Amino acid sequence: MNATSIMLRQPVAEQVPSRGRVAMVSLIGAESAIFTIFVVAYIFYIGKSLSGPAPQDVLKAPVLYSICLLSSSVTIHFAGKALRQGKAAVFSRWWFATITLGAIFLFGTAREWQRLIYHEGLTISTNLFGTTYFSLVGLHAFHVIVGLLCLTLVLIFAVLGHVEPKHEYQVELLSLYWHFVDTVWVVVFTVVYIVGR
Amino acid sequence: MSTNSTTWSAAAGEPRALVDLIHEWVTTVDHKRLGLLYIAYALVFLIVGGIEATVLRLQLIRPHNNLVSPQVFNRMFTMHGTTMIFFVVMPMLFGFANYLIPLMIGARDMAFPRLNAFSFWVTAFGGLLLYFSLVGANGLYGAGNAPDVGWFAYAPLTSQTFSLGHSTDFWILALLVSGFGSIGTAINILATILCMRCPGMSLGKMPLFAWLYLVTAALVVLAISPLTAAQIMLLVDRYLGGHFFDTQAGGSAVIWMHFFWIFGHPEVYVLVLPAFAFASEIIPVFSRKPIFGYSVMVAATVAIGFISMSVWAHHMFTVGMGAGANTFFVLSTMAIAVPTGIKIFNWLATMWGGKIEFKTPMLFCVGFLFQFLIAGLTGIMLSCAPFDWQLGNSYFVVAHFHYVIVGGILFTTFAAMYYWFPKMTGRMYSERLGQLHFWLFLIGFHLTFDFMHIPGLLGMPRRIYTYEPGRGWDSWNLIVTVGVFFQAAAILVLFVNLLWSYSRGAHAGGDPWDAWTLEWSVPSPPPTYNFASIPTIRSRRPLWDLKHLDDPDWMYEGTR
Amino acid sequence: MRTSSYDGWYRGSARGLFVLCCSGEVFALPWQSLSPTNIFAPASKPADSIYGVSLFVLAVTGAIFAIVFSLLVYTVVRFRKKTDDRSEPPQVYGSTQVEVAWTVVPILIVVALFMATVRVIADTQKVVRPDNGLEVVAVGHQFWWEYRYPGLGIVTANELHVPVSDTGRPTPTFVTLLSADTDHSFWVPRLAGKTDLIPNHPNRMWIDPRETGLFLGQCAQYCGTQHAKMLLRVYVQTRDDFEHWVEAQKQTPRPTSVPSEGQRIFESTACINCHSVAGTAANGRFGPDLTHLMSRDTIAAGVAANTDENLRRWIRNPDTVKPGALMPAMQLNEQELDAVTAYLETLR
Repeated sequence: MNATSIMLRQPVAEQVPSRGRVAMVSLIGAESAIFTIFVVAYIFYIGKSLSGPAPQDVLKAPVLYSICLLSSSVTIHFAGKALRQGKAAVFSRWWFATITLGAIFLFGTAREWQRLIYHEGLTISTNLFGTTYFSLVGLHAFHVIVGLLCLTLVLIFAVLGHVEPKHEYQVELLSLYWHFVDTVWVVVFTVVYIVGR
Repeated sequence: MSTNSTTWSAAAGEPRALVDLIHEWVTTVDHKRLGLLYIAYALVFLIVGGIEATVLRLQLIRPHNNLVSPQVFNRMFTMHGTTMIFFVVMPMLFGFANYLIPLMIGARDMAFPRLNAFSFWVTAFGGLLLYFSLVGANGLYGAGNAPDVGWFAYAPLTSQTFSLGHSTDFWILALLVSGFGSIGTAINILATILCMRCPGMSLGKMPLFAWLYLVTAALVVLAISPLTAAQIMLLVDRYLGGHFFDTQAGGSAVIWMHFFWIFGHPEVYVLVLPAFAFASEIIPVFSRKPIFGYSVMVAATVAIGFISMSVWAHHMFTVGMGAGANTFFVLSTMAIAVPTGIKIFNWLATMWGGKIEFKTPMLFCVGFLFQFLIAGLTGIMLSCAPFDWQLGNSYFVVAHFHYVIVGGILFTTFAAMYYWFPKMTGRMYSERLGQLHFWLFLIGFHLTFDFMHIPGLLGMPRRIYTYEPGRGWDSWNLIVTVGVFFQAAAILVLFVNLLWSYSRGAHAGGDPWDAWTLEWSVPSPPPTYNFASIPTIRSRRPLWDLKHLDDPDWMYEGTR
Repeated sequence: MRTSSYDGWYRGSARGLFVLCCSGEVFALPWQSLSPTNIFAPASKPADSIYGVSLFVLAVTGAIFAIVFSLLVYTVVRFRKKTDDRSEPPQVYGSTQVEVAWTVVPILIVVALFMATVRVIADTQKVVRPDNGLEVVAVGHQFWWEYRYPGLGIVTANELHVPVSDTGRPTPTFVTLLSADTDHSFWVPRLAGKTDLIPNHPNRMWIDPRETGLFLGQCAQYCGTQHAKMLLRVYVQTRDDFEHWVEAQKQTPRPTSVPSEGQRIFESTACINCHSVAGTAANGRFGPDLTHLMSRDTIAAGVAANTDENLRRWIRNPDTVKPGALMPAMQLNEQELDAVTAYLETLR
């Protein structure tokens, strides 16, 4: 018995989401779950360190670097728009701006960590605050690094002239991931630098 | 790529080099082959986990036995639990998902074939990593071989202070790694079901199998990550001097329990929902009726998915969470009994008024129904927190969850193996051997797990390598151990049946069971491309429509 | 101590329902004789209230089982396919009324079970210690139990003595549960449900025993190699016996003018790093307090009877009694062993 099509009276027109989008949303769901657990641990341990530096003593809100990271969401949005309109050069420029802003953010994180570790004596093993802070911010930074690697790969393709409007789909998925990374930073910033202090 | 071979057996008159065969299988991205790889992998580890269980039971056959040392016993139960959950049941269920979902929804493969292959190999590697601990974990003081911290690895037992050497690290890394495989498969399942259904197959028309796996995959995506997070934290504690679970530094051992069970409870629903999927496909076919209450079954499944994320701390009733928290988790746990019970009633109603044929798949499904009923009821007993203050962490709990996993999930998995064996291999299994497998396993299962409840009621805690005489536990433990041999014999019969039938079984056609879902509309085994042309369907039982042109389902389904 | 009047109601009605519905499943033996750790043979509150609600739950689940089981059996028998019958039965897709029925009834059952449960949770967890209640601190160790009576100034190990309570003048015992290392769980089934001992997470439990006797149990949370041998012994004594025991425990042994050979060895080897003996130089906290070692019936957390031979064997090499116990073998020769054992046997 083979499956012969059954003649239908009316055409079926069901809107299904695209595979890539479902996959990226699911991945974001899974990553959100991981971040949630680290955020919960951070919040749970606020004020519970037995010794060592406390957040109010040593933390300085990285406002400038956060602005850079959040702006990169804007630039990546414009990049996508440019690609849809077929403007390859404009796309590359906005894309490059995104990577630069992300890199500046990472640089800022690195500077912050250097200050904390070498000048304030706060490491991942100092106390509960150190453990939860470096883990949470570190996990986020790791995701930024992975994102930047992917973005750089696309930039290389763009510079070599291989990125076309038809790749808008893949670029959009990557942008979705990047927006997720930025959203996580909003949450982390709020929890660590606002609520936790 | 395997574009040349369309069937399993070599083309007539042309033996292929072994190297080519292995290469094909190792590099395959075909969902059917990956499905079979998962199932074969699971069967191998079933033997390993079964041997571990046998060692445990032989040690416990009488009090003060010294078949194995306490150190070896503690490793055995840790490995038994970890192996069975992560490297037997999960791969088995992912294997069936991989094989059947595209066929059931009229697709040619999963959404991401290469991700599929990656997920399998990463999961497989995780299992090998866990067992590498047997040789690779010798650390300080010769301590450490296989991990011995229990499958849920409570802190602070897992800290460097109490777990010397690297055995715990192998536990952490094996699960971390295979967790990525699980998430990959789950993403694949979600994308496949949501995006690749054939024309006419709206979400309300796809087989219940697909619905159950949809919810399972969503649970995997949300629930495996907390375990990943907790394990990263544990690694930070063990190697970077972190204090997540370091009680000396003000850290909390209880927070590990929360994180673990936020994963651990949805995990058991990840294990059981596919079992429901098998039952929901097999019971209707052998009762010759459609599933009773399709929409309600879908709603109950979704409800179970949601509620399962809110019950986790019923594993922690004795931890001292306070009356408020205990009360909440009692309520949510009892609540989940309602949609689960609804499912049992719906399967019962499917059989009611039908014409039941007791072939091997149906035998196992009927066993499942009886046993899952009992398992659910002992679960209700455990959901009553005060009762759990006595029953928790005792052999009653061990009996309960084995009743679910063996009596429920393994039984339906056996049913699925027999039901889809003809489709996967093109051969019929031996019905006589199948029945023998069923009866032997049934006897062994009940000897072991029925009587296992009693020592729990009489105060026997779990994870003890021996026990005192005079507690009234002796005879029960003996009976429990005897049951193991019947189960082992049954598994042997299963393997003989599978292997013998694969080469000598009668040829099965495309539709040996006169069934109704799309996988039965293609040859057995299916060609690599699955369907000659993608079908368009109009009801939940497309083959029923084709076989009953005067009386198709789509005329009646609108009313349900 | 607030007693729940619902307790008796549950037990009475539940017993009736239970016997009625589960007659085939229940062993008709007297519960107590089956096991000294039988959860269905309570001798104390809160084990009593747990027993009451457990009977109710068993009755309800037993009834559900009986009904659904019968339906299943009926179905598989009545609706078998007759051989050679090739026709399909009527295809029924569902029924809203039936679905509503078997949704509403389970919800009602859940509500009833929930109400019964909540009451016992409140009864057990929201209890305040009355003035004449006894206060004990239990510290879990790998693999033994430390007991301190802060109000009485007593420290002992592995064998917990408490006074029996009577309904006229209840004298419950309240236990604060701590841990020195990893997770443990205090489970003496005939007295109470289990409560865990978790480091950095103090817990509290209470018992109000109404029978004297020795009640057994063991650690119920996997804590390492010798988890299986971390046994519990709770001696519920009459008021007088308990007071005698307290007096004996409070005595500090008079220091002898010349320490015995055994005491000399004890104090010069590493013994005193872990063990305490009141009135001597030994004040280690890692191992059990040995001041009144000979007042205990067992050693090694209930694993062996406290006899001369066992004591000697234990001191020679703990691994021969409890492999994986944290006390090391001190490599004493035979004379040293004799001397130390003799010394310990003076610690009454």
